[in-house]
Order: sequence, then structure tokens, then C-alpha cells
Amino acid sequence: MADVKKIATRDSYGEALVELGKERDDFIVMDADLAEATKTGAFKKVFPQRFYDCGIAEGNMISIAAGIAATGKKVFASSFAMFAAGRAFEQIRNSVAYPHLNVVIGATHAGISVGEDGATHQCCEDIAIMRSIPGMTIINPADHIEAKMAVKAAINHDGPVYLRLGRLAVPVVFDEDYSFEIGKGVELKEGTDVTIIATGLMVAEALEAYEILKAEGISARVINIATIKPLDTEIVLKAAKETGAIVTAEEHNVIGGLGSAVSEYLSENYPTTVVKLGVNDTFGMSGPANELLDKFGLRAKDIAEKAKQAIAKKA
Amino acid sequence: MEQNKKKQLELTALKVRRGIVDSIHAAKAGHPGGSLSIADLLTYLYFDKMNVDPKNPKMADRDRLVLSKGHAAPALYSVLAHKGFFPTEELITLRKTGSRLQGHPDMKNIPGVDMSSGSLGQGISCAVGMALSAKHFGDSYRVYAILGDGECEEGQVWEAAMFAGNKGLSNLTAFVDFNGLQIDGSVEEVNSPAPLDKKFEAFGWNVIVIDGHNFDEIEAATLAAEKVTDKPTAIIMNTTKGKGVSFMENKCGWHGKAPGDEDYEKAVAELDAALAALA
Repeated sequence: MADVKKIATRDSYGEALVELGKERDDFIVMDADLAEATKTGAFKKVFPQRFYDCGIAEGNMISIAAGIAATGKKVFASSFAMFAAGRAFEQIRNSVAYPHLNVVIGATHAGISVGEDGATHQCCEDIAIMRSIPGMTIINPADHIEAKMAVKAAINHDGPVYLRLGRLAVPVVFDEDYSFEIGKGVELKEGTDVTIIATGLMVAEALEAYEILKAEGISARVINIATIKPLDTEIVLKAAKETGAIVTAEEHNVIGGLGSAVSEYLSENYPTTVVKLGVNDTFGMSGPANELLDKFGLRAKDIAEKAKQAIAKKA
Repeated sequence: MEQNKKKQLELTALKVRRGIVDSIHAAKAGHPGGSLSIADLLTYLYFDKMNVDPKNPKMADRDRLVLSKGHAAPALYSVLAHKGFFPTEELITLRKTGSRLQGHPDMKNIPGVDMSSGSLGQGISCAVGMALSAKHFGDSYRVYAILGDGECEEGQVWEAAMFAGNKGLSNLTAFVDFNGLQIDGSVEEVNSPAPLDKKFEAFGWNVIVIDGHNFDEIEAATLAAEKVTDKPTAIIMNTTKGKGVSFMENKCGWHGKAPGDEDYEKAVAELDAALAALA
């Protein structure tokens, strides 16, 4: 896919914030000394008076954001996924989510595609942590187009939103006429033998896996789940019924993420084989992001392999 | 402070204390010591100072209060009920299953509660966020926060203090209830955050130290804070934990313990006698 345009969803975040800033002035953007990296710096550059840097104090930033939201204003609070979902978990849980406040947490640098910074900065647990908080909405956009739409949907959403964004430039898979709605999965490819349910940067890989499988005579359905919570159970159930085997693909621990969400739903409602592709309950490591995705088995060929396993397990 | 006003506040504070004791006794759980120590401050704020309307608890330009030491919820509830935000009869539903009077303040369900709190250290940051919002959007309301002395052992308090100081949030007043006791013992023994005045000063705050049970001093300090235009103000209140119920005063054991029937009767008798003497 050398000719495909690639953009990191953190860049989409910065770009969308600037666009929003031009449309409305009823929100504040905050960061914790990572504005250059999270790309809130793009907003800061255009609207310096509407940007507040909390310094390296993520818990404080999240509670401050909660206070702003409690006055009826909108706010984006940004840091790396590790320090937002990780460091500030309890502030998100108690200051933001318990009172169900309209704080959008812009969590960039999620997953191992952080690359060279290594395990301390590669958060593969954030979806699991955020999923366990009542009323939290989790959006993990697949590409530039979807990420920008997600940012704009998030500011109008009632209740807290965890926006999961990446550092690595990833293929733009959608057109401008793509339609994004919080809580709605999208079927990207029709298929009957197996369904690949992917999220984030794994969506582009899933589309490649579709081609690999097609060449082998396997008809794979591909579904993009950007909103991991609340899960679009309708599209998942339909896929389970119609294809009888599911592969989930995510750049996150196989414990607690999209694969868990799909499995939890299906095990109660329509028991179906679910093969989970993700980071296998291990820490990341330093290295160029694309090498790490190869090393950790988060590629189209790995999805295709799992798809065949899932088909083999069909009852 | 004018004598009649002071007397009215003293009367109200006694009723507030009675509500604290009633509710915690009924709940068979709760924190009487640190609730009683801030009863005078809350009475002054809600009955004299703050721009609030019990009939319109979400009024946009109301002054805000964040009870960062959220375990003193019975004091806040008692003040709000006496102010008319909800019936005083409801106080004895504190902490009961299905009651909106949760063990710690819940802004979603309790009229007059401006922020959910209870996890120590977070409330002051939320108050900072409110003050920042008011400054940013040009709103004129004031934000009050109440911290515990033990709470000042939380690092987040100082993250919040650093931010508020650096941003010059002069529309924020934080009171510290310095009663000297926390769950595991005296603040000094456990891990003293003192000297709080010097610490807040170092973080760029205006600092005033007062007797937290003296309405003249509470009022003077609160009004003095409003005159400062470039800094937030910390009012360190020297207080007595359990203030107003003699056998609870300065007793660490009454931090988080409800009075049994016998102790409850003793407490009520004391408070009622004080009320009768004042009236």
C-alpha cells in the first residue's frame, strides 16, 4: 500500500480541534506538557488564549477538566494513553465519569505503535481500563477521516468520551463521504465464511487480510468498530449469525479490549467462536513502530491466519 | 460582624450541627468529627456569603462550592437542607440504600451540590477548573473549596495549588480545615503537611490564618480574599475536630464513627441546651 496516503490520528485530532475552534468558542483544550506530540499544539498555535497547559500533572488536568465541565462548558484534555487512562484513571473514574461530565479525553500514543519510546509509553491496557468505567464512551478511530469525525461527534456527546489515537501514520481508508456515528459499527466488506471485526489501525490491516483470504477463496466480512463502548451489538450479532466465526483485531492487550467486548456479548447471546488477535498479554518494547507491528503479529497476514483458525473451529 | 447577624449564624450553625449528628446517628456510619469542624464555615458561606438560590440550584451565575474533603458530606447536606435545597427531614436518610444523600457528595442527584467529591485531592482540582472556567468565559461567580488538613498530604492538592497560583485564579478561595487529626492519628504523627501557610505562599497564593469557629474572623478573611486580584487565597482555619459536641472534640476516634444511641442522646442534649441558651 505504498501509494496510500498515511496520516496519524493524532494529527487528525489536532486538525479537527482547529476546525472546531473556528466554528465555536465554547470549549477549552488542555494538555499536560505534550502538546507537540498529542497535536493539541496545532490548536494552541491558532488559539493560544483557549489552550491551557497543566504541566506534567495528568491527574490534576483531568480533575480540572471535570471542574470546567461542571460549569457547563466543553473541554478536551489530552495526554498519552498511558498517562490519561493509566496515571489519571481514578480522576477519570471519580471526577469525570461518576458525575457523567462532558470531558473528552484525547489519548494519543496508544498501543505499541508508539515505537521507540518502549514499554513504559506503550499503553495496551487503556481500552480495558476505560471499558470498566460506567457510562464511558470509547472511540478508537481507524484513520484520519474517521478520527476527525469522531472529534466533532465527541464534543456534542452527552457524557465522558475516551478518544483513542495513535502516533503512527496509518493508511487513510475512508472517503470524505464516510459517515461516522458514535456507537455504530460499519460493514466495510461483505463476506460469508468469517467476520473480521477490527478497530483502530487494525482496520487497514483487516482490509488487506480480506484480499489475502479472497485470493485463497475465503469470503471474509470486515467490520470496523470505532466505538468499542457502547458496542454495536446488532452488527456483531448479525455477523455471528451469518458467518459463524469471528476474528477480532486490535492494537491492545487481548485481555479486556475489543475481543473481550465481542466475546462477552456473544457468549451470552449467541455463542460463536471468537479468535482474538492483539497484544498477547505482554509488554511492548522499543523499536520502529512498523517493525513492532510485524514482531507482535499485528498484520494482515496474521489476521488471515486467525481467520482460517476461526473457520476451522466452526461447529 | 453585626451582633444580630452573628447570633443568627450561631443559631443556624447549632441547627446544622444537630442535623449532622441526627443524620450520622441514623446512618450508623459517617464522619462526625470533620463535619462538625466545618459547620461554622459552611453556615457562614451558605447563609451569608454565597450567591445561591435553593429554588434554582443550577442557577448559571451562582457561586460554587466544592467540598474537597467529601467525607464531611453530612455538614454540607445539613447546611443545604436548612437553606432549603431539600427537606431537613431527608437528612436521616443519609447513606441509606436508595437515598440520594450518598456517603460522599453526588452532584447528579443532590440539589445544591456543585461537584461530586470524596476521593481526596481531586475536589480542589475541580474547584480550580471551575475558577479557570469562570475566568476564561468571563463569568463573575466565585469558587470556594474546603480541604482537610490530612487531605493536604495528597500530591494532587499541590498540583492544583501550583496551577491555580501560576494562573492567578483570584476568584478561588480554598479553606483548609486544620483540625489536626486524621484517621490514623494526629496529623503531626502521621505525615504532617505543615507549615501549610508557607507552602501555599510558596505556590503563589495569598494566605490568611484564622480561628475557624469565629464568625468575625471567617467573614473578615473571606471578604479580604475578594480584594486580592492576582492570586487565589488559602484560608487556613484552626479548628476543633468534633466542635460543639464536647465528648467528640479533639478525639481522633470520632473521625469516622457514628454515635450509638446513648452518645447520640448526650450530643442532642448538649446541642439543644446550647440552642435554648442562645434563642
